[in-house]
Amino acid sequence: MRFLFKTDYDQDIRLFKDGVQMFWYALLGIVLLALPAVLPEYLMGQMVFILIYAIIGLGLMLLIGFTGQISLGHAAFLAVGAYTEAIMQAKGMPFVVSIVLSAVFAGAAGLIVGLPALRLKGIYLAIATMAFGFIAEEVITRWEHVTGGNSGKQLKQIDFFGIIIDNDTKFYYLALGLVVIILLGMINLMRSPTGRAFVAIRDSEISAQSMGIHLAKYKTIAFTFSAALTGVAGALYGHKLQFISPEQFNLLVSIEMTTLVFIGGLGSFHGAIFGAAFIIALPQLIVFAKDVLPPAIGQQTGLQPTVFGLILIGFLIFEPLGIYGRWVKIRTYFSLFPFYRRGMFKRQKSYMKSDRLK
Amino acid sequence: MAQFLQLTFSGIAIGCVYALVALGFVLIYKATETVNFAQGDLMMLGGFFAYTATTLIGLPYWVGIILALIAMALFGMLTERIVLRPVLGQAQFTVVMVTIGVGYVARGVVTMMPGWGTDTFKIVTPFAEQVVHIGGAALALDQLMIIVDTAVLCLILFLFFRYSRIGIAMQATSQNQLAAYYMGIPVRRINTLIWGLSAAVAAFAGILLAPITFVHANMGFIGLKAFPAAVVGGFGSIPGAIVGGLIIGLVESFAGFYLPEGFKDIAAYIVVLLVLMFKPSGLFGEKLRKKV
Amino acid sequence: MSFFKAENLSIQFGGVKAVTNVSFEVQQGEVFTIIGPNGAGKTTIFNLISLIYPPTSGRITFEGREITGMTPHRVANLGIARTFQNIELFEHASVLQNLLIGRHNHTATRLWQELLFMPSVRRAEIEHREAVEKVIDFLDLQHHRDSMVAGLPYGVRKVVELGRALCIGPKLLLLDEPSSGLNPEETDDMAFWIEDIKKDLGVTVLMVEHDMSLVSRVSDRVLALAQGEMLSIGTSREVQSDPKVIEAYLGKPE
Repeated sequence: MRFLFKTDYDQDIRLFKDGVQMFWYALLGIVLLALPAVLPEYLMGQMVFILIYAIIGLGLMLLIGFTGQISLGHAAFLAVGAYTEAIMQAKGMPFVVSIVLSAVFAGAAGLIVGLPALRLKGIYLAIATMAFGFIAEEVITRWEHVTGGNSGKQLKQIDFFGIIIDNDTKFYYLALGLVVIILLGMINLMRSPTGRAFVAIRDSEISAQSMGIHLAKYKTIAFTFSAALTGVAGALYGHKLQFISPEQFNLLVSIEMTTLVFIGGLGSFHGAIFGAAFIIALPQLIVFAKDVLPPAIGQQTGLQPTVFGLILIGFLIFEPLGIYGRWVKIRTYFSLFPFYRRGMFKRQKSYMKSDRLK
Repeated sequence: MAQFLQLTFSGIAIGCVYALVALGFVLIYKATETVNFAQGDLMMLGGFFAYTATTLIGLPYWVGIILALIAMALFGMLTERIVLRPVLGQAQFTVVMVTIGVGYVARGVVTMMPGWGTDTFKIVTPFAEQVVHIGGAALALDQLMIIVDTAVLCLILFLFFRYSRIGIAMQATSQNQLAAYYMGIPVRRINTLIWGLSAAVAAFAGILLAPITFVHANMGFIGLKAFPAAVVGGFGSIPGAIVGGLIIGLVESFAGFYLPEGFKDIAAYIVVLLVLMFKPSGLFGEKLRKKV
Repeated sequence: MSFFKAENLSIQFGGVKAVTNVSFEVQQGEVFTIIGPNGAGKTTIFNLISLIYPPTSGRITFEGREITGMTPHRVANLGIARTFQNIELFEHASVLQNLLIGRHNHTATRLWQELLFMPSVRRAEIEHREAVEKVIDFLDLQHHRDSMVAGLPYGVRKVVELGRALCIGPKLLLLDEPSSGLNPEETDDMAFWIEDIKKDLGVTVLMVEHDMSLVSRVSDRVLALAQGEMLSIGTSREVQSDPKVIEAYLGKPE
């Protein structure tokens, strides 16, 4: 158990709490950089997917976990990013420009959805974003001379300042770099007035407003940023798959993306990363389990949604703070050993708090 | 004219299905503030139960249907009791995510059940392939039955909420949970019953829809169109859900005929976005504000 | 020019008249209290001032500017802060963060600077913390500085909410039932703070309160409402001895 005595305001502000924390993150950094030397190429491919989903997770965490606005249509922004990248690359744009354009276009789409959605709350916002997602999917399918319709679109390998990203190890370093940049930007945002305004809106709109926070402005910023990040992820996603078509961006993808932040843990950066790792690892684990389980269960296509659903429900009931919440508990257990008590993280139970009037 | 009649008729028929699923949302939403994203999957399960009772076991159509409805009511109550009660009082969207989880499990388990699987099944109704001619339009009896059955169910529900003790208790609970609790209404048990009722209504929708779309594991996605229906009607209103469902059904039917290809599938969503933009409280919704 | 002025305020919800034709002025530097039985429309007046509802008729001016019709968040920028009857804190944030949100309208940094966390942002953050620290000292909140609000006892939350409102650096402070839910000692502390806020910080206070001993102790003037209408206005003693006020609280003498 370590105690932190604060003697300087900078201790609240800086990136790492203390030297010990910095040490662990440095170690994590070294492990991540050394990973390609250890893991086989196939698993590096999975790591790339995790990083791409981590970007999605961070974007959604900003919107859902920090600002408290729900979205069930984020696959549309993923699509905007992926298609922008495909089209721009085909026009011969360098990757650095095209990925920025993917972010800008997706962000603009987010702005367009965000503006009318400002007045909507909770479930209405969920339904509006879901409706937008359906419409976007249909538009992509029908707008054939731009998107290629149902026959989809091919993407070539990324040319990053002359380096052709032709294997998963290179892709991994590229994605890792992007995740670190995005993460730093988000941490910066969250320790600034804008980040606090997000949190204020999440916890009480009425009170945020009376503190002088312009609700519409900050909700729009959150929506735009979230969409832009998803757009960046979309561009990478397109390159990773090398082929995109409308049905890769349907409602189920949106829902999967949203569950990511709930399973990972709402309101934490760790949660976005953990959630991404979970979403990618689960199908692999199930493939793994198929060899172990009796064929009557193991060979079923329904196994994956069933397990996914059960885990989602399990987390929401038993660990509302997701994988991150579990992680904090385990960490506390070891740092307090042997004084950890079961009741330490007990939640206060509220009886039917109405969200209708939030 | 015959064309118009035909479109109106099939719009109303599919609208009735949306209306029933929307009705299920509204029942649960009014009582527990939960929006049940698994409502469509409950509808799908209802279809499978009815298929099992009538085709696999070979019971007469009506007996099979009633058994399926009872089974689904029990299933709904069980779902509430096992997975929803533990999260009662959590943030609204947490509870929504739980129902999304229920949907995943339902779709997954259905494909793993022996005799069900990923195939498409047909429930043979006593009215299959019969046609009635009205004003030059040929109307399938299966579709006509959807409309008639929906009307009957609405009447039963109206009488139930108006006159039965449980129905009145349910209404009281949805108006003010705490006050209902103080008046000695067992609020938790009422919530469970509402889930049962809502699941049965969804199952009924599934059974009515079965002759048109057949029964399959992804049949529940049609239930998503019930969201626009519920919103158009003003999320917390039972008559609103019915009217909203009919509106969505009609819009879809006409959009499919008069508008270019592709509009049929998204007409409902365009309508819901317009409603949310210009009249977010829907047609019958009440406007509520937070008290501070 | 009067400091704060409400003229002929009325609001109806559906057919219900919540507030009818209420007019009053608050002088700079005083503690002005609104009293009245439950449902008299006290909190509604606060909600009209923070523009949560638009009034059906009437206008509110602050330092000569009309605030009715503004976008709601601008009220805070003008220097009007408020607390809420049932506490509206940011539950899943620390006390420090809650107070820092009070400093929101002192933000001068731009979004892109924040994204890069430029030195100017770091400087501004330290300045915000210095300002907040004064409020923490003033209200004795050092002990709870880094605690999450969700885990705090009611009495402390009430103080945190007061602190958050003070962080705005208000000219006018609206307190909605500052003593409700507090025990006698805590109420006593609250009374001291209100007096200090007025004397030391020079902030004008407009408050809604039920506890008459607190009201008579801190208020310069009192307005009594019943069923949305003005009954009496004057010093605490005058208002409490007004037969109309006694009747509103206790009913007509037989």
